[in-house]
Amino acid sequence: MCLLLGVGYVLVLRLAAAVAGPNGGQAEVAVLDGRVVGAANVGQVFTDPRYFWGRPSAVDCNGAGSGGSNKATTNPEYLAEVEQRVEAFLEAHPYLLRGEVPSEMVTASGSGLDPDISPRGARVQVRRVAEARGLDPAVVQHLVDSLAVRPWLGMFGTEKVNVLKLNVALEALQPAATR
Amino acid sequence: MNTEILGVVLQWVLLVGLSYPLGRYIAKVYKGERTWLDFMAPIERWVYKRCGINPEQEMDWKQFLKALLMVNLFWFVWGMVLLVCQGWLPLNPDGNAGQTPDQAFNTCISFMVNCNLQHYSGESGLTYFTQLFVIMLFQFVTAACGMAAFAGVLKAMAGKTTKTIGNFWVFMTRSVTRILMPLSLVVGILLIVNGTPMSFDGKQTLTTMEGATQEISQGPTAAIVPIKQLGTNGGGYFGVNSSHPLENPNAFTNILECWSILILPMAMVFALGFYLKRRKLAAWIYGVMLVAYTTGIVISVAQEMGGSRQIDQMGIAQDMGSMEGKEVRIGSAASAMWGMTTTVTSNGSVNSMHDSQTPVSGMLQMLNMQINCWFGGVGVGFMNYYAFLIIAVFISGLMVGRTPEFLGKKVEAREMKIATLVVLLHPFVILVGTALASGLAAARPELAAAWLNNPSFHGFGEMLYEYTSSAANNGSGFEGLSDNTPFWNISTGIVLILSRYFPIVGQVAIAGLLASKKYVPESAGTLKIDTATFSMMTFAVIIIVAALAFFPALTLGPIADYLTF
Repeated sequence: MCLLLGVGYVLVLRLAAAVAGPNGGQAEVAVLDGRVVGAANVGQVFTDPRYFWGRPSAVDCNGAGSGGSNKATTNPEYLAEVEQRVEAFLEAHPYLLRGEVPSEMVTASGSGLDPDISPRGARVQVRRVAEARGLDPAVVQHLVDSLAVRPWLGMFGTEKVNVLKLNVALEALQPAATR
Repeated sequence: MNTEILGVVLQWVLLVGLSYPLGRYIAKVYKGERTWLDFMAPIERWVYKRCGINPEQEMDWKQFLKALLMVNLFWFVWGMVLLVCQGWLPLNPDGNAGQTPDQAFNTCISFMVNCNLQHYSGESGLTYFTQLFVIMLFQFVTAACGMAAFAGVLKAMAGKTTKTIGNFWVFMTRSVTRILMPLSLVVGILLIVNGTPMSFDGKQTLTTMEGATQEISQGPTAAIVPIKQLGTNGGGYFGVNSSHPLENPNAFTNILECWSILILPMAMVFALGFYLKRRKLAAWIYGVMLVAYTTGIVISVAQEMGGSRQIDQMGIAQDMGSMEGKEVRIGSAASAMWGMTTTVTSNGSVNSMHDSQTPVSGMLQMLNMQINCWFGGVGVGFMNYYAFLIIAVFISGLMVGRTPEFLGKKVEAREMKIATLVVLLHPFVILVGTALASGLAAARPELAAAWLNNPSFHGFGEMLYEYTSSAANNGSGFEGLSDNTPFWNISTGIVLILSRYFPIVGQVAIAGLLASKKYVPESAGTLKIDTATFSMMTFAVIIIVAALAFFPALTLGPIADYLTF
């Protein structure tokens, strides 16, 4: 029994991964200018105004020790923390009204490694990124739209934008010398 | 219509739709009829031969239970040794250390009893070797044990007057080769195609776009995720379980994994109908369970999509619902759906942090586990319902002045005593455990500060959830609780043992006792159990016995939490 499951079953899956997995069984990676800059499905920290930012993480996007905040939505300490994030977000995006801050940009994800934000979460950042890079906001917005992933089969689930892929595309937009 | 809600609806339809044919297939497997997986037969014969099993031998209920407990004891010792020594064993590219004895005790027990409570984080607390040869093997073995016990109960219920209830080893082997392994392979391959890692290489170390160093844990994830879901085990490969983007990469895998949680428990109910040729009875049981499950989903999805009231008061946009502890690719509706699915079964995997869900969702999750028989774990779930059925038969028999009979067998004092004990044990261990922990926390505030991540009512909820989850062999948690301490490791370990083995022994014993009685043919005087009236009666018994026992505790926890501003 041990052999059948421990060896047979595992080997079949390992072979399947080598043949059909996106990266031969390893975590998929994102590449910029021939250099690996991250795992495509794992969130990373972005703080530079030239980049789109991902969601807050309770573990600083530690890919070797995932975790959420596990704070209750009624915990006063936690609510104060969210309030601080809202204020910091508004400071970085002075053109936004308070009611336009999407909640997912100020609440920590479950895994601490959420690679995605909602298209709305990206849209509110477009002007800041465009200004920091000296790009036309319409161009940046177009890029966001082209990378937004529709719900599965166009019908089921949420719409999302992968932050890392978006930033990679953003870098690729400008020639390396002018970055 | 909102695409998030459509996703939940699709999920529900896939579950209900596919559980029927799968149920028919499972009934065939346990009856030993021909199925299209007969090419597994040589493998089964090889297993029987190597283990010295005589597949023809019939066991009575005592021999059957002895085999079941033996298998468990063997694997317990095996797991303890491997976990403590894992640091020196092969397949450990990340150099993780062995577990401490109290942690290994808790891990071992919890996987053994199909609970998968995890007081460690998969990335650092286990090696690839123990992931595969302890965690994954246990997940197969315990699921198969539960299914074998179920098959034994089926056989006992089908027989007219019989001493024997089938061969435990045969049921167990078939559960693996005909049901669990084939399904796991299909799910595993689909996960791999969608980007779940399956390799033996260590962590990837990368430089991020902003120049920081990031380590990405990976490994043979795709081998473990399918069986963790299908076997209602729930022990995640990574610390954050299926909210991890590598364990659950997109909306499709989320639907697939969530489907895998409930499909076997649902199919088991239909399997009962096909096996006993009492499809109407099965349909009514299924109906009661489905109504309870669906009600939970509707409320919880509405709560999570509606967002948190406190966040709303800050005046920001909550279009995606309450997003603390949730993932954008999954969304709040599918997270709520998963929360309900994982707690009606004994699965306990999560795709969002239950601690951070809204108070009402948290309460429903606890309630599901406290009732513990809406579908339930593979095999054992129906058997919990079975105990309630016996009680309902007895009570309604007395109410209308008829001899209580269940499927042509008289229910008498001995069976009733066992059923009552089984049913009452559950609230007993949960409430006593919680009382003990809160007593300690109240007496020594420094303990409360070290254990709890949230103050006041919600902090109490964290402790209540932990014991509820242990007793229901669920394994999810309000993970804010710092539970890797000797107190929690040992106290929940004891709860785990009590509430897995006592019920399973009790239920098989009832079935065995009933089976050996004289068969009384149905007559006009027999109480009909496949009717709406009787189903409502069972429902009422469950609500009164199971739910009301917990109401005072729930009031102090999530209900008070909900009412706070």
